[in-house]
Amino acid sequence: MSGLDVNKSNNPSTLAPAKRENKMLRFLNSKKVAPYIFVFPFILSFSVLTLYPTIQAFIMSFQRILPGQVEFIGLQNYQRIFNQTFYKALANSTIFMLLTVLILVTVPIILAILLDSRLVKFKTFFRSALFIPALTSIVVAGVIFRLVFSESDQAIANQIVGFFGFDPIRWQFTAWSGMFLMVMMASWRWMGVNVLYFLAGLQNIPKELYESAEIDGANIYQRFTNVTLPFLKPIIIFVTTISIIGGFRVFEESYVIWQGTSPGNIGLTLVGMLYQQGIQQNDMGFGAAIGVILLILIFVVSIIYLLLTGAFKRGDE
Amino acid sequence: MRKNNTLAKWIANSAFILIAFIALFPLLSLIISSFRPSSELMRNGISFSINWSELSLRNYIHIFTDSPSYWQWYGNSLIISTLTIVLSLFFSSMVGYALAVYKFRGRNLLFLFVLVIIMIPFEILMLPLYQLMINLNVINTYTGVMLPLIVAPIAVFFFRQYAMGLPTELMDSARIDGCTEYGIFFRIMAPLMLPSFSAMAILQGLNSWNNFLWPLLVIRSNDLFTLPIGLATLLTPYGNNYDTLIAGSVMTIIPIIILFIFFQRYFVAGLASGSVKG
Repeated sequence: MSGLDVNKSNNPSTLAPAKRENKMLRFLNSKKVAPYIFVFPFILSFSVLTLYPTIQAFIMSFQRILPGQVEFIGLQNYQRIFNQTFYKALANSTIFMLLTVLILVTVPIILAILLDSRLVKFKTFFRSALFIPALTSIVVAGVIFRLVFSESDQAIANQIVGFFGFDPIRWQFTAWSGMFLMVMMASWRWMGVNVLYFLAGLQNIPKELYESAEIDGANIYQRFTNVTLPFLKPIIIFVTTISIIGGFRVFEESYVIWQGTSPGNIGLTLVGMLYQQGIQQNDMGFGAAIGVILLILIFVVSIIYLLLTGAFKRGDE
Repeated sequence: MRKNNTLAKWIANSAFILIAFIALFPLLSLIISSFRPSSELMRNGISFSINWSELSLRNYIHIFTDSPSYWQWYGNSLIISTLTIVLSLFFSSMVGYALAVYKFRGRNLLFLFVLVIIMIPFEILMLPLYQLMINLNVINTYTGVMLPLIVAPIAVFFFRQYAMGLPTELMDSARIDGCTEYGIFFRIMAPLMLPSFSAMAILQGLNSWNNFLWPLLVIRSNDLFTLPIGLATLLTPYGNNYDTLIAGSVMTIIPIIILFIFFQRYFVAGLASGSVKG
């Protein structure tokens, strides 16, 4: 090494930059520095694309934002929020959340238990069949649901309704059927994914537990409540929490049915109102205030849920 | 007891046949309907009774010969999804890997940030991000659509979990052989993480292919629409574009379903890790 240096020292003009580059390389390559270079993209994107917008969302909610002119207006945006339209959106998002949580937690548990049992054949096929809707874009789901639930009496949904002797329903025009469409669309798309979560949880239950429970004379119901449920509890809590969050965030299901303006606001959701006010009406301050309320709502409801289920009690979860 | 079991089996299997039918029926009915006259669909929706004589390839002929904008959207979606996959896998894997194998100051804090971002609903960030994109002058560009997806926290998390299981002794022997820290990652560790790359490629690709709300905000001109945004513009109650809409919908999902059939394992791993949606 030193011999090489001596030889090269005859030509200082090439030596100097080479040596500096080496030092630089060695610095960049040290075990101390390399991890920071690896995580640098994340630090940059976190600061610019998450931290800054989060803070900015709160600041904007206290501002009136017009092109080229921003004015601090205190709580005025918040005072304007609490009107009939907002309560309608809040009610719709909340009902949607409750229904999707109910359907997308209970049904997948039952399906997963059956798929995990010895009762069902062709498990892989059934699992894939349930999963395929999750690959469908929301717009394609919207196309299908609009055509299946068309108001014509020739469309499938109304053919079924007619079979049971009822008059055709104008699905997209009444409050209950509009909500029904949104919930059905979400349930259809996400059922298979939630089944996967529960299947993964079930595979962690040691089979000997069931055997010993059976030997002790526990019937199916007792085995379910004493073995299956306690083991599934962390996954149930996880799936319920993401379903609560996802439920309050509902927008796309509504958008693909009504394109933002539903009759009597039957499909208006909180995010829909945020989109309408913040983007379409260009009232970004007001939109941001709706966003902050949504964030608080999601946060409070999730925390209450987690407290009720005791998820914070055990330190290891 | 045994008799009971056969009955239970019979009931469970029939129930699942019914459930699988309900799950697949909407897509099957879409595919069959795509061969029906679009005016008929527009008027009557999808019907149980199929008039076999009216089935034709008309909608597909129309889309291949007379819908240049559909193919433009298809191209946009392909380019955006491909770039998103390449860039987000590159950056997210580096971050996840470093969080797993190095001990450095601030590591736990960074990992906490990753978890926090996963929890923050995108809708809250939407307006400030939109404003930021306007200020950065990337509204109505590919860059504007991709930017928020490039370092994906869920992918960072997944890569980190995967890299936790890598044999770190390999790193020491590589160092002795004179390999740089970056060489260790790109030549030795990244190839070992290949299955996680496949799962995340599928998750990111699917998210990007189906992404709706953000492109809806960022993209304004018809020639830059992605498939979901373009198709959504055809979804009008008075639309006379149902031929493009229905055949186009089918061709949006078919490639995904074909990929799913071949790479099922990775789809399952990818989606189970990252679908934070209720």
